[in-house]
Amino acid sequence: MAIFITANSKILVQGMTGSEGTKHTRRMVASGSNVVAGVTPGKGGQEVDGIPVFNNVGEAMAATGADVSVVFVPPKFAKAAVIEAIDAQIPLCVIITEGIAVHDTAVFFQYAQNSGKTRLVGPNCPGLISPGLSNAGIIPGDITQKGRIGLVSKSGTLTYQMMFELRDLGFSSCVGIGGDPIIGTTHIDCLAAFEADPDTDVIVMIGEIGGDAEERAAAFIKNHVTKPVIGYVAGFTAPEGKTMGHAGAIVSGSSGTAAAKKDALEAAGVRVGKTPSEAARLVREVLASR
Amino acid sequence: MDLYEYQAKELFADHGVAVIPGKVCFTPEQAQDAAAEIGSMVVVKAQVKTGGRGKAGGVKLANNPSEARDRAQDILGLDIKGHIVHKVLVAEAAEITAEYYVSFLLDRTNRTFLAMASVEGGVEIEEVAVNNPEALAMIRVDAIQGCTIAKATEIADAAKFPAEVREQVIEMLCNLWKVLVEEDATLVEVNPLAKIADGRVLALDGKVSLDDNAQYRHESHLALVDNSQTDAIELRAKEFDLNYVKLAGEVGIVGNGAGLVMSTLDVVAYAGEEFGGVKPANFLDIGGGASAQVMANGLDIVLGDPDVKAVFVNVFGGITACDAVANGIVQAVAMLAERGEPITKPIVCRIDGNNAIEGRRILDESGIALIERVETMDDAARRVAQLAAGK
Repeated sequence: MAIFITANSKILVQGMTGSEGTKHTRRMVASGSNVVAGVTPGKGGQEVDGIPVFNNVGEAMAATGADVSVVFVPPKFAKAAVIEAIDAQIPLCVIITEGIAVHDTAVFFQYAQNSGKTRLVGPNCPGLISPGLSNAGIIPGDITQKGRIGLVSKSGTLTYQMMFELRDLGFSSCVGIGGDPIIGTTHIDCLAAFEADPDTDVIVMIGEIGGDAEERAAAFIKNHVTKPVIGYVAGFTAPEGKTMGHAGAIVSGSSGTAAAKKDALEAAGVRVGKTPSEAARLVREVLASR
Repeated sequence: MDLYEYQAKELFADHGVAVIPGKVCFTPEQAQDAAAEIGSMVVVKAQVKTGGRGKAGGVKLANNPSEARDRAQDILGLDIKGHIVHKVLVAEAAEITAEYYVSFLLDRTNRTFLAMASVEGGVEIEEVAVNNPEALAMIRVDAIQGCTIAKATEIADAAKFPAEVREQVIEMLCNLWKVLVEEDATLVEVNPLAKIADGRVLALDGKVSLDDNAQYRHESHLALVDNSQTDAIELRAKEFDLNYVKLAGEVGIVGNGAGLVMSTLDVVAYAGEEFGGVKPANFLDIGGGASAQVMANGLDIVLGDPDVKAVFVNVFGGITACDAVANGIVQAVAMLAERGEPITKPIVCRIDGNNAIEGRRILDESGIALIERVETMDDAARRVAQLAAGK
């Protein structure tokens, strides 16, 4: 089963004819994804590696049955591209683009809420992968294999690191939800999906300093998640008031610190690793004791 | 980017928000001239990007131009929470009869915007939120619909603004919303929003944070950038378009991806506990898909920090190819040698992921004695902490 994307997912790529779009389309195809269409306004009728390009998302969906869009469109044009995908009622829209103005994200997120038909993942995220089944985004397909661990993380490279640490065990799905101040899919959305997924036995949740997403996830876990959850939070030693790359990763005052997040998670029964390798070891312990 | 009060007020005025204009002064003499021009009692306010200026002695009244000069003399050079005052704002001192609070901000939790308003302004709003929460109205604002007159009325009434200022507050809210949207701000805050003796409601202070991602559609915002308080190494990193933050320790850090680099800081700090409390000297994210040149720039920056005793390069190649990373390291070492600054500090490298085997081979065969390759992130952190501690 996995979550959000499966072997049946048909992917279209918005911005496929651009250099990033072409490069990552090839990587997705190489890792087994079924990429059925590209969308670039004005380039309808062309092909990239034999994959047809359409002028808009609606046409591409009608012709190919695509149900997932991966967006590589540059920041300036991303809002229009996402709104087009929502208007076409695509069920899943994964926004890889980094550097989108937050007012643009706020508008297209509200637009998606109003439509009620489209789940957004990202922006500023590596996308998601269900190893061996489908790969929508830029997560390398060869780090790990199919397995029964579910992973959700704000950070791309930490996602890769954790997939690598546990590569022998494998993952059902790994979702990089992105580090921007407004994101379409949250830790909680992924926890709920993993809880409901029969192919996931244990969930790894990677958080980082800033905001209160991890604290709210902890409250959700307490009330709604029965599967074991292992946590890791990056930024224990980060000084206050400094932004660390991700727009969200800033500690101000007492809330939002890694220690506060760890406490909240542990209070909800989540075992939290101090480092990625310790979190990986906890996952092994949990799986061994089942 | 956070703005100074005077910059915020200039943006306010551009969008019809009522303010008392003032003059930015860099010397006591300029403050004296500004006060003479204003011709009445003035307030001299420190321009720093932090709160609590009043308590720190950064806001003073002056009855005449010579007093304004003296007060500016007192305030210029003050250290307010680590911010040195380099400029003051001199403005007409209004006779305040009531102090209120209004703001719009990005609400990350609810993934929309939030309006906050209170008739108890002039104090730190966090205190009102804790001590008297019912006095602080919080109303969500839909990103698509925006702050209409109806929404502004809802906010003003929820905060119980008195009838005699209600209309002015509603107009103020609509104009502040325009500032938020048209300038791509993530915060606009007015504290105090003041009613003065003649009955007008004015923004006596202003706080604005702008979204750096929206810079491309606001050429005028470039003029608002002020690097006088920015660390010299951070400035150099910015020129290379690198995401760098200076920290207080001894271990230089270069990694790819914000999350992994944050994690690296943690792992190094933990390992450092074994070696007398060695800590990371910086945060440096070379980003996804980094080329050899970007890696070389990153190393150049970190090795140029005199506080750094040893460097940890921690890369997990997802998009980034490890051979490019390894080539970047070798290039950086060669470049520095050509510049007459051969490296003297050890560089501990851990590279995994995309093309890792080729990357490791390049490092192992580089013949650079100061490069040490370690297999895992934890072991590499321990080794670099040990080297930085001189053990």
